[in-house]
Amino acid sequence: MSAVPSELSQRFRLRQVRERAVEVLLFLAAFSSVAITLGIVGVLVYESLAFFGHVSLWDFLTDTQWTPLFDDAHYGILPLMAGTLVTTAMALVVAIPIGTITAIYLSEYASHRMREIIKPVLELLSAVPTVVYGYFALLFITPLLQKLFPDLPGFNMLSAGLVIGIMIIPYVSSLSEDAIRAVPMHLREGSYAMGATRLQTALRVVIPSAISGIAAAYILGISRAIGETMVVAIAAGMQPNLTWNPKEPAETITAYIVQVSLGDLPHGTLAYQTIFAAGLTLLVMTLVFNIAGYYLRQRFRQAY
Amino acid sequence: MEDIRSLIARRKFFDGVFAVVGLLSLLVGLITLLALILDLAVDGVPRLSWQFFTSFPSRFAEQAGILSAWVGTTLVMIVTAATAVPLGVAAGVYLEEYAAKNWMTALIEINIANLAAVPSIVYGLMALGLFVYQFNLGQSILTAGLTLALLILPMVIIATREAIRSIPGAIREASFALGATKWQTVRDHVLPYSTGGILTGVIIALSRAIGETAPLITIGALTFIAFLPHAPVTTEAPYVSFQWLMDPFTVMPIQMFNWVSRPQEAFHLNAAAAGLVLLVMTLIMNGLAIYIRFRFRKRIKW
Repeated sequence: MSAVPSELSQRFRLRQVRERAVEVLLFLAAFSSVAITLGIVGVLVYESLAFFGHVSLWDFLTDTQWTPLFDDAHYGILPLMAGTLVTTAMALVVAIPIGTITAIYLSEYASHRMREIIKPVLELLSAVPTVVYGYFALLFITPLLQKLFPDLPGFNMLSAGLVIGIMIIPYVSSLSEDAIRAVPMHLREGSYAMGATRLQTALRVVIPSAISGIAAAYILGISRAIGETMVVAIAAGMQPNLTWNPKEPAETITAYIVQVSLGDLPHGTLAYQTIFAAGLTLLVMTLVFNIAGYYLRQRFRQAY
Repeated sequence: MEDIRSLIARRKFFDGVFAVVGLLSLLVGLITLLALILDLAVDGVPRLSWQFFTSFPSRFAEQAGILSAWVGTTLVMIVTAATAVPLGVAAGVYLEEYAAKNWMTALIEINIANLAAVPSIVYGLMALGLFVYQFNLGQSILTAGLTLALLILPMVIIATREAIRSIPGAIREASFALGATKWQTVRDHVLPYSTGGILTGVIIALSRAIGETAPLITIGALTFIAFLPHAPVTTEAPYVSFQWLMDPFTVMPIQMFNWVSRPQEAFHLNAAAAGLVLLVMTLIMNGLAIYIRFRFRKRIKW
């Protein structure tokens, strides 16, 4: 008689051990994401510290030339930063109006059926590999733009920026639409009851209520545009060029990292460390935009 | 009265104008997508042939092919899926079913949201510093697979969490009421019911990974590979070999990039053909994901 309970209690103990082991394993998997962040920050900071041992932070931020591979080496990040900012600005000029209008149209004007069909198709825009967009920018959009501006060089930031803008439309429109649709129906009904048209309701009632979600969509779009690599590496040229004119060729931070990686740089040299300093700059830029977005969301958050 | 009529007419006019503007802005995206596909097809289709799929890259554009590229892409994707799926699903299960509400959980959650916004090339830099030079994995298929796995991990975790969250609590309570433990409940009930959602997320994540170029160039992937990695199956015991994991590689998007950046027109046609193959692969994966989501949504009714 006594054999059964002890066997049972042993099975029970075993079961408890197994439960505990599984939980620890699952926790380690979840914690791996924190380890990735530590890895990213650790590697970038470690290599950048070595870089800043040779180049002062002041020179890095104020020198107007970036020529780390020349004999007369200059390490000023400004030309690369300008390239990144100009292409990002061009992308936003396309993506923000088109993405926002699309979101308003889909949520306030389009029928349910149209929305169900258009939304997945539009999202395919962000599924196309970026290297394909690079090809498209260099060999389709640039020749097209050259008909408009005959003096446009074969590599330029304009076509790269426009194509990135098209690429990030779904990031802006999908998230904005989610935010717009989350606005309670009774706000719209109140507006319609006062005799407002759909456009007046959308612009004066719905958008102000959804503004924090829309801002979050813009921030994600900006992050994508800043970090976009292949389109600019293919279509914008690979020479650092401190200019604010989008019709000129220039190099972005990301394109520089690609350019250096394509060559065969020995591990541990100063030129090798430059790509980590550039990467850290890139990470800080996206971080700044994300923190700004976080505060915007907190500031304008509306609770229903 | 006249004033009000004209006011109403004007408002209605603007309303109509916006409807047209909205439709036009919708068309910008759709027309670009169409133009992109047509542009690739016009340039690329004539190059698609059996020879294109079975040849190595070459100095002569007409003889060049994508053999090493598609083999490389396949092998890298196997490593990526084998790493990201177990890790991501386990993390998602932990966060939904096990995690207590404390600072550690909050830290992990904020961290996953932030990782999703990190530019992909930064993952490449981390892999270069850590996998290639710290762990000495070299510029291998293993390094590439792991890099892309880390890149898509947040997507897999988020998809898993959403799939698990849609399962009603009553299912779990019924299982607990019959004396099942937490893990038994998860393994026998929660995971089987959320398979559809997880699978959809995993396929979409892999379709992103397949087109990723920048992080793999950053770890130093070669752009000209005219040989295949070691075969995973051998004729001698133990018949399987993992030698291929440490082999150098190239992938489809890198091959395409290599051809695009050459000045000769003939190589651009090769790039278009490679891009077309890549695009069709991503579109098929996305279509499959939509189909699976649809199937599972129809089959399961609570």
